[in-house]
Amino acid sequence: MALLQLTKNGLYCEQADVYIDPWRKVDRALITHGHADHSRWGHKAYLCTHSAKPVIRHRLGAKMKIQSIEFGQKMNMNGVSFSFHPAGHIVGSAQIRVEYKGEVWVASGDYKTEYDGISEAFELVKCNTYITESTFGLPVYKWQPQKEVFEDIHNWWRQNQRDGKVTILTAYSLGKAQRIIANLDPEVGPIFTHGAVEDINEIIREQGFYLPPTTRVNKTQKKGDFKNGIVITPASGLGTAWVKKFEPKSVGAASGWMAVRGARRRRSVDRGFVLSDHVDWESLNAVIEGTGAEQVLVTHGYSDIYSKYLREKGLKSQVLETQFEGEQQEEEEVEEIIGENEKKEKE
Amino acid sequence: MKRFAELFNLLDQTTSTKSKVTLLKDYFALVDDKDRMWAMALLSHRRPKRTIKTALLREWAAELSNLPLWLFEESYHIVGDLAETIALVLPAATHKKEEPLTYWIDLIKNLKDKEEVEKKEAILNAWSGLDAKERFIFNKLITGGFRVGVSQKLMTKALSQYTEIEEKSLTHRLMGNWSPDDTTFEELILNENPLDDISKPYPFYLAYAFDLTFEELGNVSEWQVERKWDGIRGQLIVRKENIFIWSRGEELVTDKFPEYKILTELLPDGTVIDGEILPFKDDKPLSFNILQTRIGRKNITKKILETAPVILMAYDLLELDGKDLRETPLYERRKLLEKLIAKVDHPVLKISPIVSGDSWSAFEKEREKSRSLDTEGLMLKRKESSYQSGRKKGDWWKWKVDPLTIDAVMLYAQRGHGRRSNLYTDYTFAVWDGDNLVPFTKAYSGLTDKEFAEVTKFVNKNTKEKFGPVRSVKAELVFEIAFEGISKSSRHKSGVALRFPRIKRWRKDKPVEEANTLKDLTDLLQNYQL
Ligand SMILES: [Zn+2]
Ligand SMILES: [Zn+2]
Repeated sequence: MALLQLTKNGLYCEQADVYIDPWRKVDRALITHGHADHSRWGHKAYLCTHSAKPVIRHRLGAKMKIQSIEFGQKMNMNGVSFSFHPAGHIVGSAQIRVEYKGEVWVASGDYKTEYDGISEAFELVKCNTYITESTFGLPVYKWQPQKEVFEDIHNWWRQNQRDGKVTILTAYSLGKAQRIIANLDPEVGPIFTHGAVEDINEIIREQGFYLPPTTRVNKTQKKGDFKNGIVITPASGLGTAWVKKFEPKSVGAASGWMAVRGARRRRSVDRGFVLSDHVDWESLNAVIEGTGAEQVLVTHGYSDIYSKYLREKGLKSQVLETQFEGEQQEEEEVEEIIGENEKKEKE
Repeated sequence: MKRFAELFNLLDQTTSTKSKVTLLKDYFALVDDKDRMWAMALLSHRRPKRTIKTALLREWAAELSNLPLWLFEESYHIVGDLAETIALVLPAATHKKEEPLTYWIDLIKNLKDKEEVEKKEAILNAWSGLDAKERFIFNKLITGGFRVGVSQKLMTKALSQYTEIEEKSLTHRLMGNWSPDDTTFEELILNENPLDDISKPYPFYLAYAFDLTFEELGNVSEWQVERKWDGIRGQLIVRKENIFIWSRGEELVTDKFPEYKILTELLPDGTVIDGEILPFKDDKPLSFNILQTRIGRKNITKKILETAPVILMAYDLLELDGKDLRETPLYERRKLLEKLIAKVDHPVLKISPIVSGDSWSAFEKEREKSRSLDTEGLMLKRKESSYQSGRKKGDWWKWKVDPLTIDAVMLYAQRGHGRRSNLYTDYTFAVWDGDNLVPFTKAYSGLTDKEFAEVTKFVNKNTKEKFGPVRSVKAELVFEIAFEGISKSSRHKSGVALRFPRIKRWRKDKPVEEANTLKDLTDLLQNYQL
């Protein structure tokens, strides 16, 4: 019996009778992080890291039973030892280490290795079996250091100021938005936020994380009030009348998908910045090697392709057909659509 | 190269026409004549002759990146552009080589008769000396296809601002068969009397789809109405005992249509006719497919000339006796055209007949007949109109028949490219034949991102089998497919081939049993076969 196995509810540890990021309602769920496809509504009990908890609480409502734990702290359930280790993906995100009778499995959730200035830095965890995401598991995806990306973003912002345009940057409201804000230089100009972003900002600040000052966009502000400013909004904000008061504007998107020209063009934004909260090809391979795992299970993303690649390299590997919302759930816009639908279901 | 890569990158980042013109103008001012000519050539889809097979590029890129070839191919499938895939997968540059655009083009040209090892060494060396953006450009120099939203018109405008030469004369000078290899910037662009290139066509005047009300068109008597023929728009030029046929894509296709050769003697020197290259036999047009297969052939055999002969269905007269008639009103050009064609009196040159009617409702009825006459609809042209250049609103409209539609069941789904590579965006559709579903067409466009996401969710939960990037799915979703025409096909299981199929809408209201049948399709074939 494998230590973790896939059931119709999700990734399951039978020995401890607990699930990791299950997609159907279960009794006990260990949650890697607060994104909609990983922390679903309706489980009887949740366990996540202390710093992931406030956002998950915000998303799931006051009624859900959520407990939390320190990074690295070991916890025993029926002989199985569990611990949460930083995944570097968003604030509070964790890889979950599972150990039983000397065998170690790590379910990584979503992760990236570069320190982003706000999320707890990724920790490499040795294991026998590593469950990895492969959102960008293709050799065409290689990230630049974020310092360079933020230089580009600031240059674009300054150029827009010279052109008399308001800068609008779209980013997923939980995670990417805070990462961007944390790395913006407030000396350049005022930072404005969409309500969905600011709600999360408030929670993160309350936790003691530093974010430069931001102003929530509201009904009373008028056209000229955004002069020289940058507005951080989820992509869904663009489709609404809400953006009208930022005219004239220049719109950018920050996402790993922007690495491919076709994606930038189809998105029809003025600028695409390659900035992702997932590992790129090179880091992915480095992590797999670093964990020392002899078996690698590959989930969402280019899982068939990446798993085949690992097998050719001599590792034991197969695709873990996590049903989540299918392979595409890391497509950020889709993540958002799912999030919205879930919200509606709740209401 | 750095400058051109930078230009390309900036052009790619903006959707504003005005900024694009400025960027181009600044670039033109910055570089020397040779680089400027090559930039103009590349942006108008002219590229150096291919000296390296793309299959080799793929192999070498995989090798240099230390990737198995299959993984490179998978990446290429997802990115959708070979030049870009190579630029993205290659390891970082090992040195820096800064040379002008022309240097790299010459390097590629000079590989023509070299041994494969030498070619490989040169390419790998080039890749290792360029950054990712420059590599992309370098690869594009080999593979072609600089699609960056710069139309001929836009480039002409920038060039006009840079040279201070009138846009119209530049448009003419830039058309035709030039290459930086056999002309200079001075000869092509600056010379007051540009090369006496007798092959030069006029820019085509293109119509927009009719989207007004009849009231807005005004009095019906001010309009000339013709059929919209379903062939390839072309321009026939006879000058100084030479004949040239240009397709709308600005390609010189004279050799593909030897039927027109005879007109060299029959038409007076200095004649330019705008018309439709149309497969035509026994007094009626043949299917467009026939023309397409003919264009694909390298050699035009006797058999082709017998089974798929073409005529020119003349629309307009642009030049007569060497005189540019484009500013003359249409009704006068038409009279001259009628006279000319009557005089030539040869079956290969016909005049597109005028459709008569004294009210818009009469024309509506005429439009209904389009399919049975094997035409695409009607053309509305203002009698007073001059022959303009490019796509312009106001004086010419195309008024196509409504598309045919059929409700079909989704049977297979395939991942898209680029940003949509994690979404299933390409579907194969089927209709019922008794209890069986028979696939009959593929269709891509037509859904919103949200709908694609929704279908993807369905695909993931209802996959039956996987074949590479393709999945067969449970027969459950029904879509309305629109298409422009239908013809018999032995290559398809269903026995039919559709023209321009696309998804019109998702019929969430329709249970799968109520999708159309193969019989419905064959009925359409009977009624509307092209
Ligand atoms: Zn996530
Ligand atoms: Zn995820």
